[in-house]
Amino acid sequence: MRTAYLDTLYELAQKDKRVYALISDNGAIVYDRFRRDLPDQYLNLGISEANMIGMAAGMASCGKIPFTYTIGAFLAYRAFEFIRNDVCLQDQNVKIVGTGAGQVYSALGPTHHSTEDLGGLRALPDLTILCPASPLEVRKATIAAYEHEGPVYLRLGTNREAEIYENEYSFEIGKAVTLRDGKDVTLIGTGSILKDVLEAAAQLQSENIDARVIDMHTIKPVDRVAIIRAVDETGGIITVEDHNVTGGLGSAVAEVIAEYGKGVRFRRLGLNDFSKGYGTYVQVREVNGIGVEHICAETKSLVNQRRSGI
Amino acid sequence: MTTESVESKCREMRKLIFAQAYAAKGAHMGAAFSVTDILGTLYFGGVLRYRPDDPWWEDRDRLILSKGHAGVALYAALALAGYFDADYLKTFCQPGSSLGGHPKIREVPGVEASTGALGHGLSFGIGIAYANKADNRQSHMYVILGDGECQEGSIWEGALSAPTLGLDNLTVVVDHNKLQAMDALETIVQMKPFADKWKAFGWNVVEIDGHDPDEIRQALLIRERGKPTVIVAHTVKGKGVSFMENVPIWHYRMPDEKELSVLFRELGFTQEEQRELVLDK
Repeated sequence: MRTAYLDTLYELAQKDKRVYALISDNGAIVYDRFRRDLPDQYLNLGISEANMIGMAAGMASCGKIPFTYTIGAFLAYRAFEFIRNDVCLQDQNVKIVGTGAGQVYSALGPTHHSTEDLGGLRALPDLTILCPASPLEVRKATIAAYEHEGPVYLRLGTNREAEIYENEYSFEIGKAVTLRDGKDVTLIGTGSILKDVLEAAAQLQSENIDARVIDMHTIKPVDRVAIIRAVDETGGIITVEDHNVTGGLGSAVAEVIAEYGKGVRFRRLGLNDFSKGYGTYVQVREVNGIGVEHICAETKSLVNQRRSGI
Repeated sequence: MTTESVESKCREMRKLIFAQAYAAKGAHMGAAFSVTDILGTLYFGGVLRYRPDDPWWEDRDRLILSKGHAGVALYAALALAGYFDADYLKTFCQPGSSLGGHPKIREVPGVEASTGALGHGLSFGIGIAYANKADNRQSHMYVILGDGECQEGSIWEGALSAPTLGLDNLTVVVDHNKLQAMDALETIVQMKPFADKWKAFGWNVVEIDGHDPDEIRQALLIRERGKPTVIVAHTVKGKGVSFMENVPIWHYRMPDEKELSVLFRELGFTQEEQRELVLDK
């Protein structure tokens, strides 16, 4: 994802001198090409997230398009008030790019995990929140963020994510992508965990459960139409996210379902607390209850409940 | 403009500051009176280059009042500078008015950044100064900070950043009145040696009397190649109204009847102006 982001940003910055890469001493090496070829559009501001966001807002007020970049946890938590007051309140065209979505920095522990960023930032007025699922989608989301006039938070993983899109497709902010159609249940995921969701859906198929899979790449504005269709057309909804179940995708989907007013079986799969344990990303997800097996088990439980009319 | 005319504008500003506070039954008057002469010199001392009839003129100098709670002082300056009618000041903090307790960008012509939460204006101003340099614009960036505001960590992130970036098109003025909301600055947090801290961070530092238009003007025009300048302006909180000067409680408070007559006299309100103020009420 990181490479996809940087390659896309590099291309955008080459074409448009208003585009700047601002970093807070994170990812310095991977910015080598950017730094070499576009030194006037690159700034490492050191370890000062608040200053970086405030400065980006000032630059945006002069017509620049700054892409600010560091670990999402440091942006969303440390610089929250600067994102709120300097970027959102003043409607400045700043792109806030957080790496290390969810627990992807598994071994580094909870200080480095972005597991409440969506919850906090979702409450901010006029902030578009993009959470792409694969390298190709990162590319599309980066271009969409650039083309969108206004504040955007772009949530990236690291560099090991698999591609889930085999073919070119249309990416539109606020419009979810149906990765797989199904009638028994809808699994709505966001970010790189969608690869696991697809794997779970394939396993479930062999157990006679036909699951729809939706890539909710935009957390704000969330795609109400796709959610309402899932309520109407499938027998239940499960949200899957590498994020606390409070405030993120699960909450966003729950709000739409509740306002729609039609009952549907609904579960949220995600973290219920701070992340526990260390290890690889896959291991940490397993330990924390959001591995492929958990998605399968939760789905079976919901579908069986429905089928047995409980 | 002559020193006398700047002083006369500052006297006008103080009256307009009080008129706003009186209309809204409250404002941060102490902080506003403290920064009045700095703002007055910027706008009326031939320092700031601006066009009230074209507020977004690209080559304008820019000013951010980071201590946004003194917004009534900025509004008074903007009205006298011709951005809007002085009568509009009476709508301060009223429903439908764009003049809120803290200034907002785009809603008030001449306001370059929404401020209020302390510790934001410096980084925002650094971004503008950086962009101006990148565009080879001659515009100068001025940021006014409160001294209490300098207790915010983000100020020192910005203080590290601006010299690193070589922003000699940036001037920070610290309104150093040595009082904050609850008490004396130094009692609450040890800030001394204040100017030395900025020096140590790589700034060109100037210390002045923040109520002397000549000193203020000279300092505001100082440029040092490759370095941002900070002006530590020694001021008196509540300056111009004897019972407010250096008294922390006047951070946010309205005068009673007896105090009001003293204030009217000391700020130079004529009988007619006093009547108008009370009638408008």
